[in-house]
Amino acid sequence: MKIAVCVKQVVTREWPLRVDDAATWVQDRDASFEMNEPDAYALEEALRLKEQHGGEVVVCSAGPARVAQVIREALARGADRAIRVESDRLATADAGMVAEALASAMREEAFDLVLTGLQSDDQGFAQTGVVLAELLEIPHATIIMEVQVADQTLRVKRELEGGWFQWVSMPTPALLTIQSGINQLRYATLKGIMAAKRKDVRVVEPSADLTPYQEILELYVPEKGKQTRLIEGSPGEAANELVRVLREEARVI
Amino acid sequence: MVLVIAEQRDGVLNKTSWETIVAAQQLGQPVQVAVAGVDLQAVAAELAAADVEAVLTVEHPALSSYTPDGFVTAFAAVVTSEAPEYVLLSHTYQTREFAPRLAARLGRSLITDCVATKTREDRLTFVRPMFQGKFVADVAPTGPAPHFASFQIGAFRPDAVSRGSSPAAIRSYPLELDASAIRQTVEPPFQEAKQAVDLTQAERIVAVGRGIKGEEHIALAQQLAAALGAEIAASRPICDSGWLPMDRQVGSSGQTVSPKLYLALGISGAIQHLVGMKGARTIVAVNKDADAPIFEVADFGIVGDLFEVVPALIAALETES
Repeated sequence: MKIAVCVKQVVTREWPLRVDDAATWVQDRDASFEMNEPDAYALEEALRLKEQHGGEVVVCSAGPARVAQVIREALARGADRAIRVESDRLATADAGMVAEALASAMREEAFDLVLTGLQSDDQGFAQTGVVLAELLEIPHATIIMEVQVADQTLRVKRELEGGWFQWVSMPTPALLTIQSGINQLRYATLKGIMAAKRKDVRVVEPSADLTPYQEILELYVPEKGKQTRLIEGSPGEAANELVRVLREEARVI
Repeated sequence: MVLVIAEQRDGVLNKTSWETIVAAQQLGQPVQVAVAGVDLQAVAAELAAADVEAVLTVEHPALSSYTPDGFVTAFAAVVTSEAPEYVLLSHTYQTREFAPRLAARLGRSLITDCVATKTREDRLTFVRPMFQGKFVADVAPTGPAPHFASFQIGAFRPDAVSRGSSPAAIRSYPLELDASAIRQTVEPPFQEAKQAVDLTQAERIVAVGRGIKGEEHIALAQQLAAALGAEIAASRPICDSGWLPMDRQVGSSGQTVSPKLYLALGISGAIQHLVGMKGARTIVAVNKDADAPIFEVADFGIVGDLFEVVPALIAALETES
């Protein structure tokens, strides 16, 4: 089975985010980046499916040159080769634009299965994979917690709200967006890191007529909906005061 | 015209559809509501109570169970023929699956997870969280209509819906649909083996998030829970890592709780978690990041290292009780 996994590079969770001077994005020039977490689960699922059914795993990512870092990481974890769509315009692009960039690079590969994470930690659109399925003209299902493959048919467990699930079947080729927690992630081994250096990365430029569908007019810190009473002092002082407040004022303990 | 796509299952309207109608009514344009499925008379009659121009029922045997292919095809036909300027939905698991594809099929895009609308420079702008709720952005669609947007559950109050003096007209939409083009087949929804823990009944909950750092530290939170007479719970990443079982998860994919006390340890407060606990009477957050979104819903907060604060809390509870 020829499997593609789309991964996004995002600013690490620990990075202290500040709005940039234009107030349309965050200051990320010196930030550290990582693989978007749901995409890491999608990669893991692809590697497991390859181990069960054979074939190859191709990691695909769209973004500026720095995206090479997450590609290397995916190759070190076991992906076989990579497609990287490189453009600075893709760093802050909307889902439709990213999906178009990916689709034009992926179409000729005719993948049997395309996996993505269900959403990204930065923009959180939850739709790049779904739009990609439309552009590739293949069926899709989202928020998947288990994947079964048999005879060009997928049977997948889709998460619904509030602890409910549903099995959905469809023919391949198909696209699935993967929910975090579907599996346990593996880490790259030293051998994997060494092997990654020899793996093929195809770098492509997106079409010049790629245009945004959405414009961020301003990015800002949300107004607080509630006044939080912050309890100050040393850990001991704060703990004593919190216990007093919960007991005497809130009366919840 | 603003078209609201309402959501129903087995004849039961998803109450978030009312929230979307509220969002639509605020735009000052005529509103129509479309709903897809089979046997929609009752749902349509319910929706017709809202002050809207019309309710469209989009009925077809192939829509009796939701499938992404079926709903994309059906609503693409509706949007094309009705030609709304805006198409609004609630950001549910179902619309997350079909609405991006619906917009893409029509060559348009969808702005997801919005919490409000506003007008900036004469453009209708959608306000949505970014970076896990640490920021919000004013986002404007570019290009021609229709513009698609979905609203976060709870962004509007369903009881704020403006009701009409008489029921709105109900129109049956003449849908032609090739059922063989629907590639997904679905099985009935099910729940995993009965939840062992019913967090909804808990009076007090101590919940842990990524800040707990390792499985070996869960015991510390459990000690605090024991000292408070509380149940232990967690945000999704903790259960994903297997540090606590899935039935301890609070949030959109877990349980929705409203205890007297909710004490969040090292939980940043992504919206998927907040929707599951913001109904708690008293919310306390302990987090080292003063900018964490959890402080937006917390009544009391301690900005600090939970590995120092929690032992101090346990000591304080033991000495003072």
